[in-house]
Amino acid sequence: MTDVQERAETDPGPERRPGELGARELARWLWRQLTSMRTALILLLLLALAAVPGSVIPQSGVDALNVSRWKDQHPSLTPIYERLGLFSVYDSAWFSAIYILLMISLVGCIIPRTFHYLRTIKAPPPQAPRNLLRLPDHASYTSSDGVDDVLEQARVVLRSRGYRLRPTEARGDGAVSAERGYLREVGNLVFHVSVIFVLVGFAIGSLLGYQGGVLLLQGQQFANAGASYDDLDPGSLFGSEDFDPFLMTVDSFDIEWLTEGSAAGTARKFNAGLTYRESVDAPEQTYDLRVNHPLTIGDTDVFLIGHGYAPVITVRDGDGNITYDGPSVFLPQDPSFLSFGVIKPPAAGIGFDGFFYPTFALVDGDPVTVWPDDLEPLVSMLVYTGDLGQDDGKPQSVYALDTERADQVLQDNGQPFRLDLRLGETQTLPDGLGTVSFEGVEPWVRIQISQSPGKLIALGGVVLALIGLLGSLFIRPRRIWVRARREGDATMVEVAALDRSGGGDVGEVLASVVAELRGPPPEDAPDSPADQTDREQDDRP
Amino acid sequence: MTDTAWETLSNQAIGVAGIFYFLALMVHLAEWASLRAPRVTREAARNDAADAGEARGGVAVATGGASSPGEVAEAAAARSRRVDFLGRLGVILTIIACAGHFVSLVGRGMAADPNRVPWGNMYEFTVSGSFFVVLMYLALYRKYALAWMAPIVTGFVVTVLMVAVIWLHSEVAPLTEALDSYWLVIHVVSAVIATGAFTLGGIASVMYLVKMRVGETSTGPMSRVPSLAVLDRTAYRVHAFAFPVWTFAVLITGPIWAHEAWSRYWNWDPKEVWAFITWVVYAAYLHARATAGWKGRNAAILAIVGLATLWFNFIGINYFSTSSQHSYAVEAPAVPGTVVEVRGAPAPPRL
Repeated sequence: MTDVQERAETDPGPERRPGELGARELARWLWRQLTSMRTALILLLLLALAAVPGSVIPQSGVDALNVSRWKDQHPSLTPIYERLGLFSVYDSAWFSAIYILLMISLVGCIIPRTFHYLRTIKAPPPQAPRNLLRLPDHASYTSSDGVDDVLEQARVVLRSRGYRLRPTEARGDGAVSAERGYLREVGNLVFHVSVIFVLVGFAIGSLLGYQGGVLLLQGQQFANAGASYDDLDPGSLFGSEDFDPFLMTVDSFDIEWLTEGSAAGTARKFNAGLTYRESVDAPEQTYDLRVNHPLTIGDTDVFLIGHGYAPVITVRDGDGNITYDGPSVFLPQDPSFLSFGVIKPPAAGIGFDGFFYPTFALVDGDPVTVWPDDLEPLVSMLVYTGDLGQDDGKPQSVYALDTERADQVLQDNGQPFRLDLRLGETQTLPDGLGTVSFEGVEPWVRIQISQSPGKLIALGGVVLALIGLLGSLFIRPRRIWVRARREGDATMVEVAALDRSGGGDVGEVLASVVAELRGPPPEDAPDSPADQTDREQDDRP
Repeated sequence: MTDTAWETLSNQAIGVAGIFYFLALMVHLAEWASLRAPRVTREAARNDAADAGEARGGVAVATGGASSPGEVAEAAAARSRRVDFLGRLGVILTIIACAGHFVSLVGRGMAADPNRVPWGNMYEFTVSGSFFVVLMYLALYRKYALAWMAPIVTGFVVTVLMVAVIWLHSEVAPLTEALDSYWLVIHVVSAVIATGAFTLGGIASVMYLVKMRVGETSTGPMSRVPSLAVLDRTAYRVHAFAFPVWTFAVLITGPIWAHEAWSRYWNWDPKEVWAFITWVVYAAYLHARATAGWKGRNAAILAIVGLATLWFNFIGINYFSTSSQHSYAVEAPAVPGTVVEVRGAPAPPRL
């Protein structure tokens, strides 16, 4: 103990090698590095690079089905990709790391610049350099006016052009110093601060918002609560009490199929007639929900994003009792609206899966749908009996039949038995399993429901950023100096201009200032050999 | 006029435009070829040009020629007149072609029922995009002295139009439902204008790198291209114009429309991702110029990277990505009977 104490007293500290940094110095160095322009630039390019994989690899937040399909096709790559978070790039640690570092760099850039700007905003234009003719853009001429007249006129001209002048008490060297474009830096700062606003708005949206989807049959009521959704993607801070308590019903669904032209077979004018109540005891209202015309209820937006067919099927068992009755959602597989679906009468030990053809036809012996509208509907299903996995308590997709432990119903010749029902037809199943009737077709719509809080913050941020950007790109900070001195019986005037943004047409500005200073040339005045206006900016590197 | 007549007019007008662009390209190439003068004449012409204070890459007109021997000066003057004439002819042909291009776009819009803006599918996007490239080139021709760019722009547009007509052409069809919004006008037109401007800026940047490699020459086509400093500054200005427009298109109108149509204002759709990447690259370009003092070569490389991401997004991503809601290129044909059974979470095709 004493030994250590003694050493601490005698030794000024651990031995330092050259270049070694203490913790504070290291932190300082890291901060400097992080907030340097070069780092900001590298982080920006890194952000661009890091965004690429998300556009190539399917993203679970965008298309979960595509992700699972991809995973099935690439079993060996999947674990690696999962580890790297490549199925949700934009939530992954490494992507977040880049933009968080960028944000820190941004803040570290904004704060000192703001202070610097506040210090310089009141500062007068700097004194004129000793030799104006050394500046790349300069001009000189002689005038018959006196020095003071020339300078006074220069002040008037420059002030009328929006230049700020160096105060009178500070001059005395026979020169006018003028500067304009102070707002460029403001634009710059506004742009950078707005970027932070946008990110805050975006973060609020993804933390406090949610997005969900639900398939609604015509006439089916929807009560807005978590359990009503088919799929729900809530933000991590979104609570179940944040749902707007509305109720809605799809009363009708209209669609217009194009029958001619190159787009024949596609539809437009999708229109879902809704009735809704903003809450249980609110009055009933109606709305025509269309694409590009969402319905806003409270903080929630309701969108129409898809549609399809639900054949109404009645299943009777061998004793003639109805075991299933009603529309079943069939999912379209392609733009022809050939749809796949299943029918699972509860606890009846029988299940069906197969296709719905909106307009059925046999082409070369193949069953096809020739038109996406339901003109000649037909359902074609295979039948399964036995253990359909409905009793083991595991959650099941309503769009798939678990036939692993079930038996397929066969014909006498051993071929699978297939039900082919046109509208209104009833078919008897073999082995006394009962009958199946195809009673009708109802439309369903897919509704997307979301809350995106913070969207206005984000939008306001981007708009501000654009305004700031315009300021920082197009406001040209310029300095102009005019110096006059008496030479013999004439006044020698030198004018120089400096564009601090780089790349401005400072030569033209200079020429126009000089022209205004000199006024219209007197009729009889001979051209002075001393007149010259240099425009060298074209050759500046 | 009937819709069919408008469509025929549109198809014919694009053909006429293509022919005139091609003629303009030929004339501009002839103009450049005429520059291949013997060194001595060229020098004389240049000296005169320098005397006239002409340093902006414009047409070098040898007017006086008093300092050089008479015959050489005469030859140089004749050559200059020819170059000058060809240059003007090329621009006039380009203007005619541009008018035809415009007629084609109008016809396209009028042929649709109901009438609409002519950028509803890939063919129309491409035709509109190349139209705006030409329009911006003509609009900035004087301001930025873009004469040197003429063969590149006309060559580029001829190529793009050929690609559009041969591979991308589709008959006039009504808009898909999600596109049927006034945001189509605002969003797409700003995106297309920015694309046109970025393309011009990118051409300047490419020429910067080429010129840097070739060096300052007094003969041959490259002598037509202005100095590195002018190229660099032209590139910067065009980019500085295009970037705010792109910001408006991609980060303001895009999200607003996406929110209206798809319920999410930013969904990391591949097209959105690449638009964002393009934005970030060009932001880096401007940032590098403003702060790190990157000019010339590095800035040019960055600008070209940006242009590559832009055009990849415009055309490439439609073919690489299957999940993009912006996929207006590949109309998935309804193939009856051949259906992959998909049994999983419901994800029916969107409207």
